[in-house]
Amino acid sequence: MSEKIKIITGNDLRTGDVIWWTGEGWSRHVDNAVAVTHDADAIIARENAKQVVTDTHVIDAVAADGAVRPAHIKDRIRALGPTVRLDLSLKPADPQAGSWVI
Amino acid sequence: MYQYDQHDQAMVDARVAEFRGQVARRLSGELTEDQFKPLRLKNGLYLQLHAYMLRVAVPYGTLNSAQMRVLGDIADKYDRGYGHFTTRQNIQYNWIKLADAPDILADLAKVQLHAIQTSGNCIRNTTADHFAGAAADEVADPRPYAELLRQWSTFHPEFDYLPRKFKVAIIASETDRAAMRLHDIGIQIVKNEAGEIGCKFFAGGGMGRTPMIAPCIAEFVPALQMISFLEAALRVYNRHGRRDNKYKARIKILVHEIGVAEYSRQVQEEFAHILTLGLEPPPAELERIKGMFADPGLESGLSDDLDRSDPDFALWVDQNVHTHKQAGYAIVTISLKPVGGIPGDATAYQIRLMADLARDYSLDELRVSHAQNIVLPHVKKADLYRVWQALDAAGLATPNLDLITDIIACPGLDYCALANARSLPLAQKITDRFADIGRQRELGELKLKISGCINACGHHHAGHIGILGVDRKGVENYQLLLGGAESADTSLGTITGPGFSEDGVVDAIEKVTDVYLARREGAERFLDTYRRIGMAPFKEAIYG
Amino acid sequence: MVETVLRYRTDEPVGDPAVTVDAFAAQSNATAVRIEPGDDALALLPHLERIALIEVNFPSFADGRGYSAARSLRERGYTGELRAVGDVLIDQLSHMRRCGFDSFAPDKPISAEAAEAAFATWPEVYQQTVDGRAPIWAARHPAAKA
Repeated sequence: MSEKIKIITGNDLRTGDVIWWTGEGWSRHVDNAVAVTHDADAIIARENAKQVVTDTHVIDAVAADGAVRPAHIKDRIRALGPTVRLDLSLKPADPQAGSWVI
Repeated sequence: MYQYDQHDQAMVDARVAEFRGQVARRLSGELTEDQFKPLRLKNGLYLQLHAYMLRVAVPYGTLNSAQMRVLGDIADKYDRGYGHFTTRQNIQYNWIKLADAPDILADLAKVQLHAIQTSGNCIRNTTADHFAGAAADEVADPRPYAELLRQWSTFHPEFDYLPRKFKVAIIASETDRAAMRLHDIGIQIVKNEAGEIGCKFFAGGGMGRTPMIAPCIAEFVPALQMISFLEAALRVYNRHGRRDNKYKARIKILVHEIGVAEYSRQVQEEFAHILTLGLEPPPAELERIKGMFADPGLESGLSDDLDRSDPDFALWVDQNVHTHKQAGYAIVTISLKPVGGIPGDATAYQIRLMADLARDYSLDELRVSHAQNIVLPHVKKADLYRVWQALDAAGLATPNLDLITDIIACPGLDYCALANARSLPLAQKITDRFADIGRQRELGELKLKISGCINACGHHHAGHIGILGVDRKGVENYQLLLGGAESADTSLGTITGPGFSEDGVVDAIEKVTDVYLARREGAERFLDTYRRIGMAPFKEAIYG
Repeated sequence: MVETVLRYRTDEPVGDPAVTVDAFAAQSNATAVRIEPGDDALALLPHLERIALIEVNFPSFADGRGYSAARSLRERGYTGELRAVGDVLIDQLSHMRRCGFDSFAPDKPISAEAAEAAFATWPEVYQQTVDGRAPIWAARHPAAKA
């Protein structure tokens, strides 16, 4: 079963790390992202006000089997890291990790 | 090389202090992101796909070894052990933390470097011929003029909010190694019949979504009126450049829409007025700057002999070493384009090694080329073998300068927030396909350039073979262009037809090179053959 | 009307409201005029004698045409009040002053202390403009008057 959802992403203000809204806080792992609905704007406004995240916005994704896959390749590359430097990505041990973004 | 005095140092130090305050205000929440963003961009700090990216200016592409070493140290201390040299002769770090940015600027300021105006709608870092001061064919060293221009453009109060960014390139030979006519303003230092030095001005060139080759707007402006002329050229642009559409805001659109004659007329009118104001730096200032570039310490009477008995070394000499103006010296280009590598990337170790080599063998000088390579401009021929051995041991001796694997590529969708498609994996695949050096040399000079979006940071319009990455319904797609060039015979590439997948475009390039090999006459380069036979035979081979 | 104006002149402020460039051309007794980004500031040159206040509007801080308008007017002899109005932010004050503005009416008021700090951002300057500050090259070559 896969489901089209909307999730919130942004960057950690201090480190610049790509982060995803988990319902309680922020995670670097896109699989921890939760679906948001009409509450998205309120979440973004509240989190922005804390001045710990930046460039927060809503994107499309697909949830299936506990995994979350952003709809656009740009966000998949954000979720993984540079495909030409998998050693610096979130999956440094997986030589095939790059195929996930395509 | 230019050395800061206390005035120059005070300016960059003030900038560091200002930015430290701004970052503190942002981290404390006093500044919102909307307020902070334009301030950080003025210091070259972007938010890219994975983190903050810091772009450091390398003024007119010239560095000394201490500066280069600090660039390597920053990669280790604040980033993930590498940096990316760009087509703008700058260096970018991809994994910067906001709180570290003021410390990085402070480290840079200690060696007279900065990130001032590396972004924003202002006058950007001036680029120059990377062989300046070493080339046999220059009428003068263009860098003193570039330094004069650097100072004039730094924190220029009138031109900080132009319609769009503004790039100036400066050269001083007939051979254009800086893609000068693809800049908002291009300056060629020339000598007139009376033997006086002056500037030939070009305006309205650029790449991006509307590529244009800059026409000449003034044949000869005395060198001691260069700044006044620039004031006039920029003011006319600031007044009349379009602000209703950011895609039509570059000066090239203004020059195109009102015509080069009318733009030139307005500039001349304003120039005449500005000359009455006496705001040109005095001759003594240009002389002061020239003095610092005059003699890097070249020895005379050295031998031009070279022991070519090591075939790998001889191959590298043939491909990556150029003639120096002084007997016994050579210009070395260090390729940052190993097969399977990322064009323009260098590790902290490699950066420091190149710094050491510059200190020991190149009169303490390095250059960054717009082709994303590093130049050691003043190497004694007697030292070439030692330099080559050191480079080879560090993976820096790829003998592919100006060959098909010497690819220019922007960071693309692997790093850049603006990109539509990845550039770097494609560059790696192309170099893998054409890895054989014999095959590369058989193809000869072939400039291949890849951009991951229409902004054209990878200069695809100016590639003999150019590739533009686009987003086709969420899938990366690559358009192929043929026939671009960036030097004295500047031309813009033409799209072959429908785009390709990543693998498809590599196949198409191979077919294109096959056509060239089959059809070339005599010593024709790829570009020459293309210009002679036109697009049709290539199109037939690709799509037929 | 409450409007916070930062003013760096000693003469009496003009009481008249600034009129548009078109209206100004039609009113021979007007002494204050407001120019918009698209207006040709040089069209005012024949009338400089009777102008006491020129307001230069910045609808957005990012539209920098007003800098050229201001500096051009000063270069051509305008000595009356030159006021930047609109989206005028603390980070732009220093550059505006260098281009000849001597009063500021920002949409969001700026304190006099903050303005003074902004004017002091740069210890020195590289360019000769219209604010009387000597550029760095003049300090380097005191004998060589350009």
